[in-house]
Amino acid sequence: MSTVIRPYGDTTGDGMVQLSFTLPMAHSKVAEGAAAQLANKMGMDPALVVHAKPMGPDFTFFVVYGRVHHLVDPSKVEVVERDYPLLTPKEVNATVKSTLRRRLVVVGGCIGTDAHTVGIDAILNIKGFAGEKGLEYYRELKVVNLGAQVSVPQLVDRARAEKADAVLVSQVVTQRDAHLLNTREMSAAFRESYPADRRPLLVVGGPRFDESMADELGVDRVFARGTTPGEVASFIVHRIVSGKAS
Amino acid sequence: MSGKLELDPVTVRKARSLARKAGRPIVTLAKKHTTVAVERATLRLAGLEGADPDGSPWVNLLADAVRADVGLEHGVSLPVWDALLRGEADDLSMLAQKAAAGSVRFRLPEGKDATRASSASRRQVATGVRRIDARRKERDRMIKRVGDAPQKPWIYLIVATGDIYEDIPQAQQAAREGADVIAVIRSTGQSLLDYVPEGATREGFAGTYATQENFRLMRAALDESSKELGRYVRLTNYASGLCMPEIAALAGMERLDMMLNDSMYGILFRDINPIRTFVDQRFSRQVHARAGIIINTGEDNYLTTDDAVDAAHTVTTSQLLNEYFAKEAGLEDWQLGLGHAFEINPDIPDSFRLELAHAMLARDLFPNAPLKWMPPTRHMTGDVFKGYLLDGFFNLVGALTGQGILLVGMMTEAVVTPWLSDRDLALQNVRYVMNAAGNLHEDFRPAPDGFIANRARQVLAETIDLLEQIVHDSDSAGDPPLLAAIADGTFGLMKRPADAGRGLEGVAKKSSAYYNPASEILEEK
Repeated sequence: MSTVIRPYGDTTGDGMVQLSFTLPMAHSKVAEGAAAQLANKMGMDPALVVHAKPMGPDFTFFVVYGRVHHLVDPSKVEVVERDYPLLTPKEVNATVKSTLRRRLVVVGGCIGTDAHTVGIDAILNIKGFAGEKGLEYYRELKVVNLGAQVSVPQLVDRARAEKADAVLVSQVVTQRDAHLLNTREMSAAFRESYPADRRPLLVVGGPRFDESMADELGVDRVFARGTTPGEVASFIVHRIVSGKAS
Repeated sequence: MSGKLELDPVTVRKARSLARKAGRPIVTLAKKHTTVAVERATLRLAGLEGADPDGSPWVNLLADAVRADVGLEHGVSLPVWDALLRGEADDLSMLAQKAAAGSVRFRLPEGKDATRASSASRRQVATGVRRIDARRKERDRMIKRVGDAPQKPWIYLIVATGDIYEDIPQAQQAAREGADVIAVIRSTGQSLLDYVPEGATREGFAGTYATQENFRLMRAALDESSKELGRYVRLTNYASGLCMPEIAALAGMERLDMMLNDSMYGILFRDINPIRTFVDQRFSRQVHARAGIIINTGEDNYLTTDDAVDAAHTVTTSQLLNEYFAKEAGLEDWQLGLGHAFEINPDIPDSFRLELAHAMLARDLFPNAPLKWMPPTRHMTGDVFKGYLLDGFFNLVGALTGQGILLVGMMTEAVVTPWLSDRDLALQNVRYVMNAAGNLHEDFRPAPDGFIANRARQVLAETIDLLEQIVHDSDSAGDPPLLAAIADGTFGLMKRPADAGRGLEGVAKKSSAYYNPASEILEEK
C-alpha cells in the first residue's frame, strides 16, 4: 500500500520547507519581493522571506521558509543501484586479506602520448581526490604507478612482471578520439598476451569517457569524471573477489 | 601569550636537539648534490625566460643541452657562461635557442676560463637576486603606504578556477569581502611536471597553473585591491613538486608573499625522490628567506591521511623538522607558517579539548612563528549546518591560540566549490568568533594538571619518542637516519626509499668543480 507524504515542519502534512539562495541584485524591498517571487514560482505558497542580507553592492542572500503543496509517493521512486558495494579502505583491506591472502596488485599509467597524469594520480596517489585517499593508502593494495606516456607493450610487460590483478589506465587527451583508439589497442594487447581466464581486470577512466562503453572498448569498466578512489577500489575488490574478471 | 602550558624547557630543548640531529645529515647530503631544478632556477635568476613554440621552457632546453655535453655534476653555470664568453651567442636566450638546435658544444672550462665564467655568471645571477631584493623593499614600502592587514589571524581564502582571468575578479572580490591572503590553488598534477609552464593560462584541472605571467597578473590585480581597500593583500602559491626552486625564484621576482613549502610533503604524498626534494627545498627556502616570503608547511596532510588523535605527534615532529630545515636555510621565525589542522572526529568525547591541546602545543613550542591553522575537511559531510558549527569551533580554537594565518573553513567543504554565499557566511562565522572571543586568550589558562595540559605533554612525549626512533634508524645503504626512516614507512604508510621516486634522474652529486653563483650569493647573507 503506497502512502503519499508531504514535507514535515512541525505538523503532519504542513508541507514546510526551507530554502536559501543568492540573487545578483542589491538588497532592497524589491529584492525581497523578487526572492518571494522565486519561491512562489518554485511552488512555495505562502513563502516567507525570513532573512535577507546584502553581500557587497551587487548580491543579496536570502533564507525563505514556506509551504509546498506537492505530494511525494515513495512507491514511485526509481533509483539506479551501483552494481558493487561501496567499501571503506578498512573493508577493502580486510576483504583482500581474507580472500586473496596476499596483496592485490594494481598497475596504472597514462598510455599513448597523453602526459596528463591528473586522473591516474588522483586515483593512485596517497593524496587522492575529493577528500578520499588514493589507492596507495590501502595497505593491502600494491600500487605501481607508471606515470605518463607509457607504451602499451611496456604496460603489458610491467603488468606481467608485477603479476597485476588489475590494470588502470587514464586518458585525458581526446583529440581525434585518441582515448578510444588507445584503449582498444590496450585491451587487444592484453587479450593477446594473456589466456582469457588469467587476464587482469582492465579499468579505464577519464573525463570524456562514456561509462556504458566498456564492452565496446574491450575493458571491464569505464569510469567517468568525478570518480573517486574509493569507488575504483571497491569495484576492483568486488570483481576480483567474486571472480568475475570476464 | 606564550608558555600557557608551562612545558618543561628541558623537554622542549630535547625535542629541538633531536630534530637538529635528524636534520643535520640531510643538510650535509643536500649540500653535496644539485638537481636540474636548482640549475634551472639559477638560469631563471640570470634572466632566462620564455619557451620554444612547443612550450618547452628555454631553461629546460639549455640545461638539458649542457647536461648532455658535460653532465649535471659541475652545475650549468660554468659551461653556460664559458660558452657566452667564447662568443657562441650574444645572450642567454640566443644561447638557449642555439643549444636547443644542437649548434653549440658545451665544455667545462678550466683555469682562467673557469674563473672568468664564474665571475660572469655571478654578475648576471646577481641581477636576479637584486630584483628579489627590490621586490622585497617594494612590499615593505607598499605595506607602509597602504597599511597592513588590520588584525591577526590573517584571513586566508582560496581561488581555483583554472583560468587566471577568472581567478583575478574572484580574488579581488574575496579581498573586498575581507581576505588578507589570497591563495591560488595550482592545477592538479603540476607538482609532477618537470618544467614550469609559460605564459597566462586559462585551462587547469581544479586549479590554475603556477607560471611567471600568472604570478605577475595576480600580484598586479591584488596591488590594485590593496590600494582600494587600504590594506596590503598578500598572495600565496605553491613552491612544491619537481620545480620547487624555480617556482621559488619566480615568486621572489614577482613579489609573492607566502609560499606553501613543506620539507617532506612531496616525498610522502607525491612520491618525489627524497634527495631531490631536500636539495630543491633547501635552495627554495634560501630564496624565500631572501625574498621575505612566509612559508606555509603542510602538516595538515598528515591528519587527512591518518587519525588526527593517534597521529598528533607526527604533526609536531614534522613542525620541528620543518623549523630546523627552515632556519638552516636562513628563514626567520616570522617566516614560519607552520601548519596544523582541526581534523579530529567530532563524534569522539572531548574532541574540542583535544584540538585545543594540540593547537596550544604548537603555539607554545613556536611562540614567534605565525602558525597556519587549517579548517576541518575530513569530517565535513553534506550536513552544512553541522559543518558551520564545526567551523565555528575551529575559529574559536584559532582565537584562543593566537594563530597567525587562518584558512577559512567552508560549510560546503566536500559538497561544492564554495559559492559566493558560502564565503560570505564563512567570513561572518570568523568575524563573530573573533569579535565575541578574540581576546578570550587573556582569561584562558588551562589547569596545570588538567586534561589539556596533560594531553599536550603526552603529544610532546610521543614526538620525542618518534624523533628518537628516527635518529636511531638505519638502512643497509648507510643513508642518513631520516632517509632510512622515510624509506621504512615511519611516516604514515608511505615507504619512500632514497633511491626511488620521481625526479631521481634529475639529481647529481656535485663534482669538485661544481659552481653555482645563486647558492654562493644566497649563502653569503
